[in-house]
Amino acid sequence: MFYREAGQFKSSYKEDMQAFPIREDRIGIIIWLLLAYLYVPFFGLPGLEYGFALNAIMIPVLIFTITAIGLNILVGYTGQISLGTGAFMGVGAYACYKLTTYFPETNIIILILASGFVSAFVGALFGLPSLRIKGFYLVVATLAAQFFLEWCFIRVGWLYNYNPSGAIEVPQREVFGYVVTGASAEPATRYIVVLSILVLLTVIAGNLVRGRIGRSWMMIRDMDIAAELIGVRPLRAKLSAFAVSSYYCGVSGALMVFLWLGAAEVESFDVNHSFLYLFMVIFGGLGSITGSYMGAAFIWTFPIVLKELGKSLFDIDPIVMENVSLIAIGIMIVFILIKEPHGLARLWQLGKQKLRIWPFAH
Amino acid sequence: MDGLIYDIFADPFVQMWQMPDFLIQVVWEGFVAGILYALIALGFVLIFKASGIFNFAQGIMVVFSGLTLVGLYELGVPAFLALAITLAVMYALAFSVERLVLRNLVNQPDIILFMATIGLTNVLIGAGQQIFGGETKTMITEELFLPTGSSVWEPGGGLVIFQHIDIAAALIAALLIVCLALFFSKTKVGRALRAVADDHQASLSVGISLNNIWVITWFAAGIVALVAGIMWGARSDVSFSLQIIALKALPVLVLGGFTSVPGAIVGGLIIGIGEKLFEIYWGPLFGSGVEGWFAYVIALIFLLFRPQGLFGEKIIERV
Repeated sequence: MFYREAGQFKSSYKEDMQAFPIREDRIGIIIWLLLAYLYVPFFGLPGLEYGFALNAIMIPVLIFTITAIGLNILVGYTGQISLGTGAFMGVGAYACYKLTTYFPETNIIILILASGFVSAFVGALFGLPSLRIKGFYLVVATLAAQFFLEWCFIRVGWLYNYNPSGAIEVPQREVFGYVVTGASAEPATRYIVVLSILVLLTVIAGNLVRGRIGRSWMMIRDMDIAAELIGVRPLRAKLSAFAVSSYYCGVSGALMVFLWLGAAEVESFDVNHSFLYLFMVIFGGLGSITGSYMGAAFIWTFPIVLKELGKSLFDIDPIVMENVSLIAIGIMIVFILIKEPHGLARLWQLGKQKLRIWPFAH
Repeated sequence: MDGLIYDIFADPFVQMWQMPDFLIQVVWEGFVAGILYALIALGFVLIFKASGIFNFAQGIMVVFSGLTLVGLYELGVPAFLALAITLAVMYALAFSVERLVLRNLVNQPDIILFMATIGLTNVLIGAGQQIFGGETKTMITEELFLPTGSSVWEPGGGLVIFQHIDIAAALIAALLIVCLALFFSKTKVGRALRAVADDHQASLSVGISLNNIWVITWFAAGIVALVAGIMWGARSDVSFSLQIIALKALPVLVLGGFTSVPGAIVGGLIIGIGEKLFEIYWGPLFGSGVEGWFAYVIALIFLLFRPQGLFGEKIIERV
């Protein structure tokens, strides 16, 4: 009833091509942003304890959304399956750690954004085989990246400053007088930083995939030989996809360690995490930025909700609930692939479509 | 710099020459590991040939079958009855995968089917941990009449130890491969399987039931997984970490080609032996632990030169 585009006329190309052509969508985005910036940092989530809501739900979900957008660029938009996401996040995290040791005075946010470039370089390097191999063979290539980088994180002592524990620990840093990283950083400060970076990266990703580069990625995904014939350069398209995707993963890895975990070891970047991120992308919807948000939020909160429900309602052991949530996620993956291969984002689209013509059926 | 070149190109071979018994031991260890990689890879190949599905769950099927066997035995079921029940479980798994997953995903792109098998992996991990517990279990080697001791061979004053279980693993794997080869070439079902592998629609048109064929291939892959699970469990332990090791079947597949049974075996042996030699003789140069990634990097380099694997069919693409 309220969600109508009737009467909204576009009189210029620019208006027609804007990111949110429908006025109601623009209002919706503003409301979301207001909630995220003005409500959540002060009050947390309704019905949840403040610290828990920020530390255990909002901050990780936002960070994983960045990961999911990055992976979606590679898998969803360019069609190159990657199982090396965890390791690329690790590259970002370790790069950021090294940068903080070399440039202790520099603004930490700049360092986090810069560490993504290291990850982008490594990603493009491991993306090189994609020029010659494709499909499942490429999966093996990305697994090579995953295991080789994991090994580096353990064996190359320089990466963690020869710390005897083998872990990287986050130093305390301030930005504009606020403590952003380290043990004494307020959850709200960290949340605002993560949210701002996410918004920035989302805007960039949204425009990238709408533009020429994004269209060349999608052409490569749909049929690479045909794309090549009409003038898309596979080298540039594939490597740029790997680089951009790894940039996002690297930034999210750095954020994960510096603004959420506080310290990290190799276990935070292992192959199981790579699967988790792939699930987020499948679940949210391949080739959709909105889907990345939904997938990350869903895959992250679902086991937590299930565990809490099991504990409070039926008094079930958390370990049992963990297994149950593994099974449930597996079943839901299969179910969603059967029923709706385009994920939650597609359901959201269908819902909006229905809303536009409501209360009529057609 | 000279020292490094010496360390890479000369020193390992000097070591090999000086201690041939140790070299034989290393190659033997690699050979046995390679056979087990080949067994896991064989499960992948069977399913990939018959349905074009890249079955990511093969690794967890190995763990799951091993756990089922040991778990049943721990409940007091006699060893061979437990083996029979495990086979029944693997059949039930194949049947339900076909009914609940594959049948509903016919004609979907490969990537969707691949992801469905990742979902299946999750289900099996969760179910396995829930039913049998997450802790490591010991394989019931003696109860299954598998040999345990070891023999010593002394070639010219050296010392090489052969574990009997390794010899048994090699023999059983060879037997299994021969059986599968006979099954594929001599029986009616085997011919149907090959027909399906060749062309889905053509085989449908001559009256082959795709659904039955898929159940059979998944069951065959389940049997291969069970054998691999028993053998690997007897060599080390049955635990979920085996699932990560099972991922090594992927570089094996890349070397051998996704559709070739001999390729899986040769690839497995190359990876197994190469990995052990590299770890022992060149590993110290890198600091140990190179076993974790060596196979993948070899596969990666190999792919750059021959994208279809050693024995794979030439990839022809059309627009």
